[in-house]
Amino acid sequence: MYRRTLLASAAALAMAAPAYAQDEPVTAGFIYVGPVGDGGWTYEHDQARLAVEEHFGDQVETIYQENVPEGADAERAITQMALSGADIIFTTSFGYMDPTIAVAEKFPDVKFEHATGYKTAENVAIYSSRFYEGRAVLGTIAGAMTETNQVGYIGSFPIPEVIRGINSAYIHAKKVNPDVEFNVVWAYTWFDPAKEADAARALIENGNDVILQHTDSTAPHSAAEEAGDVVTFGQASDMSEYAPFPRVSSIIDNWAPYYIDRVQAVIDGTWESTDTWGGIDSGMVGIGEITDAVPEEVRAQATEVMESIESGEYHPFTGPLNKQDGSVWLEEGETASDEDLLGMDFYVEGMTGEIPN
Amino acid sequence: MIRLERRPEPSKLWTAVTPVLAVLLTMVVGGILFAFLGADPVGAIRTIFWDPLFNPQFAGFTRPQLLVKAGPLILIAIGLSIGFRAGIWNIGAEGQYIMGAICGAGAGLAFYPSESVLIFPLMIVAGALGGWAWAMIPAVLKTRFGTNEILVSLMLVYVAENILASVSSGLLRNPEGRGFPGSRNLRQWDAAANLELIPDTGMHWGVVFAFIAVIGAYVLLTRHIQGFNIRLTGEAPRAARFSGVIPARIILLCLGISGALAGLAGFFEVSGPAGQISIDFNSGYGFTAIIVAFLGRLHPVGILLAGLLMALTYIGGELAQLMLNLPGASIQLFQGMLLFFLLATDVFTNFRIRIGTGETA
Amino acid sequence: MDLSSISPTLLVASIMVSATPILLAAIGEMVVEKSGVLNLGVEGMMITGAVVGFAVAVETGSPSMGFVVAALASALLSIVFGVLTQLLLSNQVATGLGLTLAGLGLSALIGKPYEGMRSPTLPRIDIPGLSDIPFFGRVLFGHDPMVYFGLGLVLAVWAFLKFTRAGLILRATGESHDSAHALGYKVVRIRLAAIFFGGACAGLGGAYLSLVRVPQWTEGMTAGAGWIALAIVVFASWRAGRVLIGAYLFGGVTVLQLNLQAAGVQVPVALLSASPYLVTILVLVIISARGQHGAPASLGRPFHASN
Repeated sequence: MYRRTLLASAAALAMAAPAYAQDEPVTAGFIYVGPVGDGGWTYEHDQARLAVEEHFGDQVETIYQENVPEGADAERAITQMALSGADIIFTTSFGYMDPTIAVAEKFPDVKFEHATGYKTAENVAIYSSRFYEGRAVLGTIAGAMTETNQVGYIGSFPIPEVIRGINSAYIHAKKVNPDVEFNVVWAYTWFDPAKEADAARALIENGNDVILQHTDSTAPHSAAEEAGDVVTFGQASDMSEYAPFPRVSSIIDNWAPYYIDRVQAVIDGTWESTDTWGGIDSGMVGIGEITDAVPEEVRAQATEVMESIESGEYHPFTGPLNKQDGSVWLEEGETASDEDLLGMDFYVEGMTGEIPN
Repeated sequence: MIRLERRPEPSKLWTAVTPVLAVLLTMVVGGILFAFLGADPVGAIRTIFWDPLFNPQFAGFTRPQLLVKAGPLILIAIGLSIGFRAGIWNIGAEGQYIMGAICGAGAGLAFYPSESVLIFPLMIVAGALGGWAWAMIPAVLKTRFGTNEILVSLMLVYVAENILASVSSGLLRNPEGRGFPGSRNLRQWDAAANLELIPDTGMHWGVVFAFIAVIGAYVLLTRHIQGFNIRLTGEAPRAARFSGVIPARIILLCLGISGALAGLAGFFEVSGPAGQISIDFNSGYGFTAIIVAFLGRLHPVGILLAGLLMALTYIGGELAQLMLNLPGASIQLFQGMLLFFLLATDVFTNFRIRIGTGETA
Repeated sequence: MDLSSISPTLLVASIMVSATPILLAAIGEMVVEKSGVLNLGVEGMMITGAVVGFAVAVETGSPSMGFVVAALASALLSIVFGVLTQLLLSNQVATGLGLTLAGLGLSALIGKPYEGMRSPTLPRIDIPGLSDIPFFGRVLFGHDPMVYFGLGLVLAVWAFLKFTRAGLILRATGESHDSAHALGYKVVRIRLAAIFFGGACAGLGGAYLSLVRVPQWTEGMTAGAGWIALAIVVFASWRAGRVLIGAYLFGGVTVLQLNLQAAGVQVPVALLSASPYLVTILVLVIISARGQHGAPASLGRPFHASN
């Protein structure tokens, strides 16, 4: 306790002086919305925190607080972290947006990084990943693997982030299998293993033999394993304990490259407020190993999609694409703007069902 | 053979001693727990109980935060305690808290973006009414049909939670929020914002109302005829009836007060510290307040102190997580222990311990 | 709207599985309440059962062992509640809430090392021939043993309360502890036994979640199931048979809602999720309007023999 107090005052001194390169260890703080053992969203952020520790060794100290509810408690938790001497604080959930901005105003010398939000400030940067790029790869595999042509999708909340993923997966599933249909179930939770298991079972019993999920627990994999012939994909983390089957691949949140980069910037004194939206090429969106359960040619197809996105020659949302109601969204060859993607509130043509509001 | 013998009246001495005893016992057993988890027990206890108040690095911030955290707990607990005194068990304050927040925020947002000075008072009234109306459901069902209020008020918590989920992604959703569930941020709208009244004190309107509630409850219970009736109803229902107290009126009064106060707490929270209606806006204040009411011996001043103590363990617990890397779950367990010890030592207040066989009851 | 993809057989089978944890917890709590004690700590006991059952199953490789130890652990925790409320005469509402708080904290601490692990799970009993009968085969004969155990327990509790002398005494204690005491029954002992039984059942329910239904351990995984069990007891107006109906109704609404969505039907999720609670309130009102005492008369009241 005292050690940290001392460190904090040292850090304060270091910042008071116009030093560009810090000699004192930098403290990086992390605010988590769930427990570090959730096996999904928070788990991956914590893995990245550990990667930061390993990368920098004695140069960087990390602190974290888990299970911080969004809202009133978040603002206090972030403030206390800033007071304890953190130099850079990563707030890792959308609901921390307003609290992060509010605390940042009070601590102009501390750098803040808010995940998945859209408000920035002088000392607040935002970052997120282009998960839809990864979903394009998974969609390709899903479309090829389904025998019933029914793909189930467990959605969390009907927000642009999730809708983007559904559209991207659907477009690419349809490319390899024109007869494919997607059935979306909204669980209205990011993390509730029992409910996710029920959702997966409901989809399986309704004839879906491939399940994609945008919720964070491994429960759907257990349900698929029990059913025997259903394909699943890891979400947020690799979930490789269910490989090679039912989990045939996964979309992985890999925050480590970004976190290391940003902490390095603080050490170098070059940190600036930025808006990062990293995709497969930046390493922030990872595709887990495609297992042998997937036929050779499908693996090749998926890998090709992945590589063309990574190299930048292909955008997952490339026209011609129509909206669900048949109106034109993207002309031949046109690619979606980031603004369109960030506010996406519609399905593309061919999707059945409505987005609840 | 150890026997318990009921005291004719609760012991004044033990009423004062038991909370201290319970806190001390919790420190000892909690210390052992923390040592078991690999932390320095003395340091951990210090971090929880001392640092939020006196640590030079944090106290300037955490001391006001104690009020922010304690405010809603006290406000709700005061209302509950009045009912508990009369033997009316409203355990659905969480639902009334949610409905107060929804109604208060909703009434204001209907006029967005007006900057009229009437908005805030309107929202206060709507918040109190929302909580009151939600509490009137078990009240009316109890007076009309004799339905058990514990169970109805508890069921209504779940109903309120579902309404909350529905409005935060529907009716009250921020149209500029890029599709994310959650309402506009009331703190960024001057007419509706419940900000600190004096900078860096933590005093917002909710805390002010909590203090008023403490005083009001004290006056009601000690000076007012209805307060006497309430206590009589709880302690001797038959005597109350003979002296002309109408039970239905007491039920409506008690549930009404507790519902309105819980609704107010919800509104002040949503327009202040929380800022917006969101799916998991409620964080269990309604249930924690029941614990606070009992910690405070159902006495207004006791509840004030208990609310502050509870807030201290929350904030101290957060600091312990931050500074000592103690898992958050250990703090939860610690709070549970505190409550158990308090309830256990309470036996000394109402009973004498007799050792030996003596006469059998 | 196309409902043809929903198979009634699988739907019913699914509901039976998803209702089992709350059924187990609710039938235990019903016995507790029948004895005149209101234990609001079901959530805390369930999650303790979930983590202990999982940990033991991982360590020993035997899910049955997990269930047994989970029941014991939760029963032990419930005894803390029993000692406080029965011997030290603390308030039952506050003590129950404290139990939930402590249980959630304790389980998270115990569970840390087991996060992300997999455990052996209970296999389905497949009886050749019987399981292949259309509809009834899968619904009646295609489950894991705990589903049958839960159903059997409901039957046993029903018979116990209705036909046995001990059941009669238990009910008498819940209706009027003073009369029961005057007749020479050991009120405190009877209630402690009931609390112990309730704890064990909640533990089994929790373990079913972590060992069969999900199956894995994650912090806070009961996600309110214990509170639903409390609601079911009320819904059932303290009758064993209706606990079964209540559990299937409460468990069924979620499964049905998800199935409707999977079949492409737009559903008002919030309204559907709230409906069991509204029905429960309605049931309560009907019972009390008829002038019957639905609830055991001494429910939640402390008992001290020297009065």
